[in-house]
Amino acid sequence: MIRINCPFCGERDHSEFTYGGDATIVYPALDASIEEWHDAVYLRENIRGMQSETWHHVSGCRMWLVIERDTMTHEIQSVRPAHDAIAKALETEQ
Amino acid sequence: MSARRLTQGGLIDRSKTIDFSWDGKSLQGFQGDTLASALIANNEKVLARSFKYHRPRGIMSAGVEESGALVTIGSGNRRDPNVKAPMQELYNGLQAFGQNAWPNVRMDAGSVNSLFGRFFSAGFYYKTFMGLPPFESGKGTGWWMKYEKIIRKAAGLGTASREPDPDVYDHAHAFCDVLVVGGGAAGMAAAIAAADAGLDVILVEQEGMLGGDLLSQSAEDAASQREQLNSALESSSVRIMTRTTAFGLYDYGTAGLLERVTDHLPENALPHTPRQIFWTVRASQTILATGSMERQIAFGDNDRPGIMTASAGRSYLNRYAVRAGEEVVVATNNDSAYQVALDMDRAGANVTLLDARNNVSGIVAESLSDSGIEVRMQSAPLKAKGLNGIKALTLATGSPGSWQSGETIPTDLLLVSGGWSPVVNLASHRGVRPVWNEGSACFLAPETAEPIQMAGAAAGIWDTAGCIDSGTRAAQSAINAIKDSTAGSGNTPQPAPEPGDGDSWENPILPVYEVTVPGKKLKCIIDPQHDVTSDDVRLAHREGFVSVEHLKRYTTLGMATDGGKVGNIVGLALMAEALGKEIPEVGTTTFRPPYTPVSIGALRGRNVDEHFRCLRRTAMHNWNLKHGATMTMAGLWHRPWYFAREGETIKEAYEREAATVRETVGLCDVTSLGKIAIQGPDATELLNRVYSNAFAKLPVGKARYGIMLRDDGFVMDDGTTWRLSETDYFMTTTTAHAASVMVFLEELLQTRWPELKVHLTSVSEQWAGCAVAGPKSRETLAACMEDPSQISDENFPFMGVRDITFKGGIPARIARISFSGERAFEAYVPSDYSESLMDMLWEAAQTFDGCLYGLESLGALRIEKGHVTGAELDGRVSIDDAGLGKMASPNKSYIGSALRQRPELLREDRPRLVGIFPKNREETFNAGSILCQSDAVEGMGDGWITAVTYSPALGHWIGLGFLKGGHESYEGKTLVSADPVRKGNIEVEVVSPHMYDASGERMYG
Ligand SMILES: [Zn+2]
Repeated sequence: MIRINCPFCGERDHSEFTYGGDATIVYPALDASIEEWHDAVYLRENIRGMQSETWHHVSGCRMWLVIERDTMTHEIQSVRPAHDAIAKALETEQ
Repeated sequence: MSARRLTQGGLIDRSKTIDFSWDGKSLQGFQGDTLASALIANNEKVLARSFKYHRPRGIMSAGVEESGALVTIGSGNRRDPNVKAPMQELYNGLQAFGQNAWPNVRMDAGSVNSLFGRFFSAGFYYKTFMGLPPFESGKGTGWWMKYEKIIRKAAGLGTASREPDPDVYDHAHAFCDVLVVGGGAAGMAAAIAAADAGLDVILVEQEGMLGGDLLSQSAEDAASQREQLNSALESSSVRIMTRTTAFGLYDYGTAGLLERVTDHLPENALPHTPRQIFWTVRASQTILATGSMERQIAFGDNDRPGIMTASAGRSYLNRYAVRAGEEVVVATNNDSAYQVALDMDRAGANVTLLDARNNVSGIVAESLSDSGIEVRMQSAPLKAKGLNGIKALTLATGSPGSWQSGETIPTDLLLVSGGWSPVVNLASHRGVRPVWNEGSACFLAPETAEPIQMAGAAAGIWDTAGCIDSGTRAAQSAINAIKDSTAGSGNTPQPAPEPGDGDSWENPILPVYEVTVPGKKLKCIIDPQHDVTSDDVRLAHREGFVSVEHLKRYTTLGMATDGGKVGNIVGLALMAEALGKEIPEVGTTTFRPPYTPVSIGALRGRNVDEHFRCLRRTAMHNWNLKHGATMTMAGLWHRPWYFAREGETIKEAYEREAATVRETVGLCDVTSLGKIAIQGPDATELLNRVYSNAFAKLPVGKARYGIMLRDDGFVMDDGTTWRLSETDYFMTTTTAHAASVMVFLEELLQTRWPELKVHLTSVSEQWAGCAVAGPKSRETLAACMEDPSQISDENFPFMGVRDITFKGGIPARIARISFSGERAFEAYVPSDYSESLMDMLWEAAQTFDGCLYGLESLGALRIEKGHVTGAELDGRVSIDDAGLGKMASPNKSYIGSALRQRPELLREDRPRLVGIFPKNREETFNAGSILCQSDAVEGMGDGWITAVTYSPALGHWIGLGFLKGGHESYEGKTLVSADPVRKGNIEVEVVSPHMYDASGERMYG
């Protein structure tokens, strides 16, 4: 059981969360080409080591989080809200 | 009579006699006995038959590694197979049975398998038949299937009850600073030390009491040491869990525990208590004080009843006061068995001690001087004699690698010590690779970044004082690690307790794994549960297997219910010998959870029958039941299926309901639809981006049907969204996709479009909904309103939305939308008002001879109209496939707009939504059938059928499906609905999916 330290709820079992996907993907504009959308939707690195990924605290605060996790050890290096403005507000508060 | 119960000593209570039965025979034991100790005391020797060869087996150990005495406990629906007799505490009325034998374990017809041992050697499944006629590759499958059944029957363990499990199991959760696994001296000391430092400690012990090896020691101070540790624990804050096994370690200090709450008690002794509890514990630090297991040595017929580990013999003697034999031979390669020989001697047995080593010195050697023990150095067991119990032992003399056959001596109990294997299994679960320790000839867990500390015999420490000290030091390491992490100083490496190096034994161990002499054919069992022999390992090597992992799978070594506890090291050593390598070069063994078997009942907990998954009821649930609803499942929801009147079948009911909706009016609970409040200045922009059709210009007071695509261009969901104000929308989703739509919108707003000022709230539970459908729907609603003009055709056209108040002041939100194709409304009220609303609507609907309708007639109505649902929108369907491509806006970009334009998705011959009629209108056909050309009923066909109903409006059966290119090209042709395993082939015609009122007059009118 991975334990995730949600910035809003504290440390919780990963079973409260759902896995999103690669957090480094920059989705293209809606009117971008098929090729750009194809790359964003289908092309993924298969990372061995530290990976940036999104998780949704679906059975908690419902916030989307960006988590740096080692795919070999499950070690989590950082957790922050995916929404940049919220992440920044949280930082200033602390 | 060779075994006997001593008249004094031990931890049994002789004043409390326990009655139990073995294979129907009534026997007696004492309080404190295990089934194993009681059976030995009753001189029951043959307790089981082995897996492949049906060899007679007795008790081989005194612990969880038991691979001989696997028995069945209980009968009927409480029959529990493969229970290890040494782990089963005795209770009054316990029924135990032998297994894998007919007619019984003492006279077993299946033992003829022993004569055909050649056929059951390593890899017998893979090759015995495969390479030979008629079993050549691809040819003999039918023959193979026949033989396989016979072999399966001949080989096996006990069988589980086929009746439902009557017991209750629980799931529970716990947190602690330090989890100590193992309640022996090391674990007890560790728990006390950690608790003394103010930490929250859980101590788990798989047996019924704490003490570990102290319980089996004859040493005079063992009892007082145990009492001291126990009283220190009693006055500490440690939470002690006995009869609890830590079966697995997982990420982040999570441990899985199985607590056996009532397995040691008579049936129904605690009727309101769960049988077992499955615990998930999250610990900052875990101390593994899991002890070690004594190894066997492979020699001829080393699995005969009456042969067990030396420590088991000692445990039965000292803890249970049962001397398991009279003419005792103790065979060892290390110091630990000397005390066993002494204990046996003092208990009056005639003891011969075989030691494979050249000589021993020091206290160990001197300890025997006053005894009557005959010591034979440079000696080892070569072959056991006696089928149903050892009668004599042929000795080998010499040294490993050059043994010679020696004399044969009588014996009825052979106690073997081949060395000790620390229980590193739980560390191995975490990927910690054990390292071979030369001095102690065993694997030890190395230092690790995992929050795990090893202690006691599990760390290769062999004496009680050393174990206590090691436990205290492990606790200190755990305390330091916790202090460091709370102080935020990161991962300071902790000095691990020093692993044992064999120093705690006076004389070094001499590794002995197998005893053979040239030219003598011996059956040396190394994995008793799977009947894997030392010859099997060599055979695997000769056939080219060099990896330990392959060896395991080919021979099935270590793959039985003991998970390799007994055979792995010997197998590894033999493989190393065959390869001419050292053990560490050959590899190690990876242990996987569970450490000991976990019952399916414990895994399921209370999640069984109606509790298998959670259940959602609408606010109108009870109202529906009161009005005659038969319910069905729609995802997690319970929804009305149909409302049968007196004597009606389901078919009669739904046909009447669908017809009534088309004729007058019907009411249907639609509460389970997903409902999302979408609010904020950018709400319109969000909707315009996620819906494929235009939403930018939806006026306040109007609803619109919308289709959402996924990023990949396929349809995600459909529904209506109502504009309540400039900045306030009410979105409905399908029942099935309510949760995933909400998640997707949250993801878009938080990760992709943080600039949009929109707030989402799931309001599915807050609003209860009723569809009012049919020509008399407006009149029905009007009868319930103070001001019916609010919903007149002029004031409330198709797709109108408004807030109204029903009579009695019930606030409501209604829209004129239709799924049935009739003039229809959806009315939502705050959930608490739902029954009042339904009472009022139902009273009004009855004045028009209306009806209540359920999912079945809802389905009939929508199929008639060609409206898609989850059956059609299965995630592989594009908006064009569903026939809704024209709705997609060509003037804007939206989620999925790029990828829906991929050439493959634009092909004209993709399967498109069609309507299906049976050619013979009296016929019916099935959803799930394949649509084929009449002359080519084969393969994948040209399409498939998604939904079928009887259509009261059309007077015959109809269906929806997908067919290459859509319905136009099939006009006037006959196809076949192929359903080979159910209905057979039915001729069908293909029509437009809009099978009823295609122009929509009834809906708009
Ligand atoms: Zn949270």
